Amino acid sequence: MESNQETVTILAIESSCDETAASVVVNGRQVLSNVISSQIDIHTLYGGVVPEIASRKHTERINQVIRKALSEAGKTLGGMDAIAVTYGPGLVGPLLIGVSAAKALSFGTGIPLIGVHHIEGHISANYIAAPDLEPPFVCLVVSGGHTHLVLVRDYGEYEILGRTQDDAAGEAFDKVAREIGLGYPGGPKIDKVSALGNPEAIRFPRGKVDGSRYDFSFSGMKSAVLNYLNTAKMKGEQICVEDVAASFQAAVVDVLVSHAMWAIDEYGLDKFALAGGVAANTALRTAMRAECEKRGTAFYCPPPILCTDNAAMIGSAAYYEYIRGVRSGYDLNAIPGLRLGQR
Amino acid sequence: MKILAIEASGPVAGCALIEDDILRAEYSIQDKMKHSRTLVPMMEEIRSRLELDLQEIDAIAVTKGPGSFTGLRIGAATAKGLGLALEKPVIPVPTVDCIAWNLYGTDSLVCPLMDARRQQVYTGIYECRESLRVLLPQRAAALTEIADRINALERRVIFLGDGVPVNREALEEKMRVPYSFAPAHLSRQKPGTLADLAMRLYREQGEACLVSADDFRPEYLRQSQAERERGDKRSYSLVDTDQNK
Repeated sequence: MESNQETVTILAIESSCDETAASVVVNGRQVLSNVISSQIDIHTLYGGVVPEIASRKHTERINQVIRKALSEAGKTLGGMDAIAVTYGPGLVGPLLIGVSAAKALSFGTGIPLIGVHHIEGHISANYIAAPDLEPPFVCLVVSGGHTHLVLVRDYGEYEILGRTQDDAAGEAFDKVAREIGLGYPGGPKIDKVSALGNPEAIRFPRGKVDGSRYDFSFSGMKSAVLNYLNTAKMKGEQICVEDVAASFQAAVVDVLVSHAMWAIDEYGLDKFALAGGVAANTALRTAMRAECEKRGTAFYCPPPILCTDNAAMIGSAAYYEYIRGVRSGYDLNAIPGLRLGQR
Repeated sequence: MKILAIEASGPVAGCALIEDDILRAEYSIQDKMKHSRTLVPMMEEIRSRLELDLQEIDAIAVTKGPGSFTGLRIGAATAKGLGLALEKPVIPVPTVDCIAWNLYGTDSLVCPLMDARRQQVYTGIYECRESLRVLLPQRAAALTEIADRINALERRVIFLGDGVPVNREALEEKMRVPYSFAPAHLSRQKPGTLADLAMRLYREQGEACLVSADDFRPEYLRQSQAERERGDKRSYSLVDTDQNK
């Protein structure tokens, strides 16, 4: 089924972790509204996202967030061509809220339903930020839950080149931040204090996975930081938090950049895109941009508001599914371990 | 008056449509925790079989809790989404009351038991002669506590619900009054019962029983594990003042 519609307006809903989000997106690229209700204040009390609390919050806020997205877009529910929702991967309890609400909205209105892959959403955030970007390109998706190096062959066609074998990059940031007393969420805090530290002060190992060039491993790097801290403590040495943060961040950035560049070189692509929450990290953006420029590769990276979990990116990904004729049934379920490319 | 009832608080997922005094449709499945996959398809089945125009629905009834946290939220998010789509209100009904109302017409006391884990049951004590009379409102309680309360009332009692099988032996030991267990077809959450009880609530209370779909939230009767372990004395919903004006 091919669509001949000139304008496709999609209401998108995202609730895979701790942001309740809804957005109205036209033709996959034009964002009419992008409402995000963050729960970070609550989860900070617990040092990380508590799935049960996140699920309760999503339930309380979901309708208000959807209404706000519609009203800010100047649209009504009846004016939507499709209702899109993240159905995985993510935390199952939180995912179920968006999925259940979206199915009920679709059932109540007769408007078609489209289940969207969360990572495909992150990748698609680049389509919103860069109207000229089209596949193929290499994309690195880095967030608190995901680290994927992806070859985007076409809209909706992905090949995973590498993924983390243990912690996600953002998770490693959170854990190290906790150990050096910066607290949650770790990514932005490490980013901030690293600016005051020396990234070459301590040489932490660059994690690699034997026999799998593109895969990532961050747990060893995290352990190296913990060992460094323990050793310093036993010797009674003062540690410099800024230097530890900057050196750890440099190690992570080094690994992410080198993997991405191998892929660009191997596949001979002239476009590279960053995506996911960690794409907001200043050092990562700067290093990635510089390496891309060296190769003459166009560098894309969405603004921070589209890097964090949001529904606009889901609406963008959903558009390309919509024009390919993809529709979901009322039996759409939340799939916490949904794989990229899985339908 | 048409009410669409949505049930997902426990092992049963289902829905029903009541039109004044007539239960037009009732559909339920007890198949582990597949509510997310089965609930809306059952609603669609009812809609299409009855050739129902959803705009004719006046309100959406839903068991508001207690129950499985996830199940309650699937029911709640579905009711809220549908309420938003149709611009119709929600009638929240206490889950344990609904189970009790299955036993309309008995002279015995009625005591639903839902398995609440952690050595507790969600329960209450009811009379179901001509109307539902709540003697002990729904709560999470130890089995001993509820057995003692019923023994003190010195009346015959019927137990029912998914908490019966797990607690049967303990009850046989503790009960000092005559008791029996409801048969399988009555011993579960029934969407039709929910629909009838919601209709009665509306007739008795009018708009006072309605909650906007936006404001509706489940009543878990319990904090999350993280909050318990953190020693949060306040209930969860009270922490979030901006949502609770």
